[in-house]
Amino acid sequence: MELTKKSTHLKLGKAKHQVNWTVTAILVVLAICFILAPIYMTVVIALKDPSDMVNVLSWPKHIRWENFAEAWKMTDFPLKFRNTLFITVVNVIFTIITNSLAAYAITRNRKRSKLFNLLYYYFISAMFIPFNVLMLPLVKQASAFHMDNVLGITVLYIIFGLPMNTFLYSGFIKGIPTALEEAAIIDGANSWQVFFKVIFPIMKPMHATVAILSFMWTWNDFLMPLVLLSDPNQQTLQLAQYVFQGQFSTQYNLAFASYLLVLLPILIIYVFFQKWIISGVTSGAVK
Amino acid sequence: MKITGKKINPAFYLMTIPIAILFFIFHTLPFLKGVFYSFTDWQGYGNWNFVGLKNYLYVFTDPDVTGSYIFTFKFAIAATILVNVLSLLLAMGLNSKIKFQNTLKSIYFLPYMLGTLIIGFVFNFIFANLVPQFGKTFGISALSTNILGTDHAWIGILIVTIWQSLAFNTLIYLAGLQTVDHEIYEAAEMDGVGTIKKFFKITFPLIAPFFTINMVLSVKGFLMAFDQIMAMTGGGPGNLTTTISVLIYKRGFQGGQFAVQSANAVVLFLVVVIISIIQLRVLEKREEKLN
Repeated sequence: MELTKKSTHLKLGKAKHQVNWTVTAILVVLAICFILAPIYMTVVIALKDPSDMVNVLSWPKHIRWENFAEAWKMTDFPLKFRNTLFITVVNVIFTIITNSLAAYAITRNRKRSKLFNLLYYYFISAMFIPFNVLMLPLVKQASAFHMDNVLGITVLYIIFGLPMNTFLYSGFIKGIPTALEEAAIIDGANSWQVFFKVIFPIMKPMHATVAILSFMWTWNDFLMPLVLLSDPNQQTLQLAQYVFQGQFSTQYNLAFASYLLVLLPILIIYVFFQKWIISGVTSGAVK
Repeated sequence: MKITGKKINPAFYLMTIPIAILFFIFHTLPFLKGVFYSFTDWQGYGNWNFVGLKNYLYVFTDPDVTGSYIFTFKFAIAATILVNVLSLLLAMGLNSKIKFQNTLKSIYFLPYMLGTLIIGFVFNFIFANLVPQFGKTFGISALSTNILGTDHAWIGILIVTIWQSLAFNTLIYLAGLQTVDHEIYEAAEMDGVGTIKKFFKITFPLIAPFFTINMVLSVKGFLMAFDQIMAMTGGGPGNLTTTISVLIYKRGFQGGQFAVQSANAVVLFLVVVIISIIQLRVLEKREEKLN
């Protein structure tokens, strides 16, 4: 909304608001050379025959789809994809429900209860503890609890998102007038109904931000699967790329086909939801 | 703020306490355990004894550990400065009156979406094959070897890090620039204020809060650098590109230094906290002054 207001404002301006072609040209050239070229290269190598690698950047003489089939089999793609999808989807759903619920209870009771105020600062200060700092003992503990698998790591993701998400949701909930909840209580709703029927739907924009950030985190995360998921049947797509890197060795075409298989879902989602994603990430950081 | 009177509805406890307990068990407890083990000689299994500050002494004197701290700081400082300068320039370009603004914005944000590990692998290929090929064809000896195998390997890692981090930082600066009212510039131009002065006297003070966000997040992220290093050099050649995170991972899990690396992790934690607090203090003070 800000933007449309500004662009109409710009149109009303005078000569200086003509299109700046120099800057446009520079930005287009830089985008092609530095962002699109490496992506183009990834696609081209993934499609090429090994004998066609003399001029790496040329379009393939004939497209070798078998690269994908071979990479698919070699890395056990369907299994790794299922694992990653499970972690990602379950994490997003449960993060949204449980973290918003906790943030709601904390935000609404901070002013009248020391316990909830303490919990707020507890979660917020935990943002300062990077994963690398607690991973050594965590791995020991996770294997003792039998959490070194897909389900276990999903639970950990949901819990580890709490500090950031409490911060994000809390900022949003503060802006929701309590009058709405009071009206619902007068109508006979209990706290759970108030939350799920009144508050939860209002928080949609923040759910979108949290969902995008959680999704990006789990889909692209490498360190946590690396230290927790040693059983090949439990591994994620990112981890599989690392594990199979040695086996690909100089079979670049297979390696790049495999990378592309992992990047493709993200690229497709980005093409369709870029506006949401960009605004979601912005509001997540600028809040 | 009263919703149900002075007494807190028990439902609110149910909404928070169970997940808070889980958080304590799986986040706070491992952290505290790490602090505890840092004062022992535990190897990750078997018996252990208290050893006092021995592990910390080791951390501060072992050349591999101190080397990794020096490298990580050098890397984090270089990356923070370069990423913030470049992303601010990029954001100003994207915020000016250009064609294809939304398309360009989407393209420049794309690297944020892609996993760091795979980006690292792709650039591995570029550094190992494309750049040397280019260097040989044009007779530039500096480019004709794989930089990741040389003493300058860290520059390769720096390039990849910048390539990916620009996306997020640019987005934040862009959000900041869009809050600046164009009328201010028009007024400044009428007063004959030059471009450079306009930037330092008007633009920068107005987007200072966004600068703070970027600085804090950048430094923290770069101090933790892990994925791109595992993908590109594995910490080598030798230990030249071993960051603190890589060292904790390698020595802690495979090198039998569980307790020593726990101490290292505690030191890393303190470093991150102290740097974040100093940054917030200094940058917020400057914000106040500028406004």
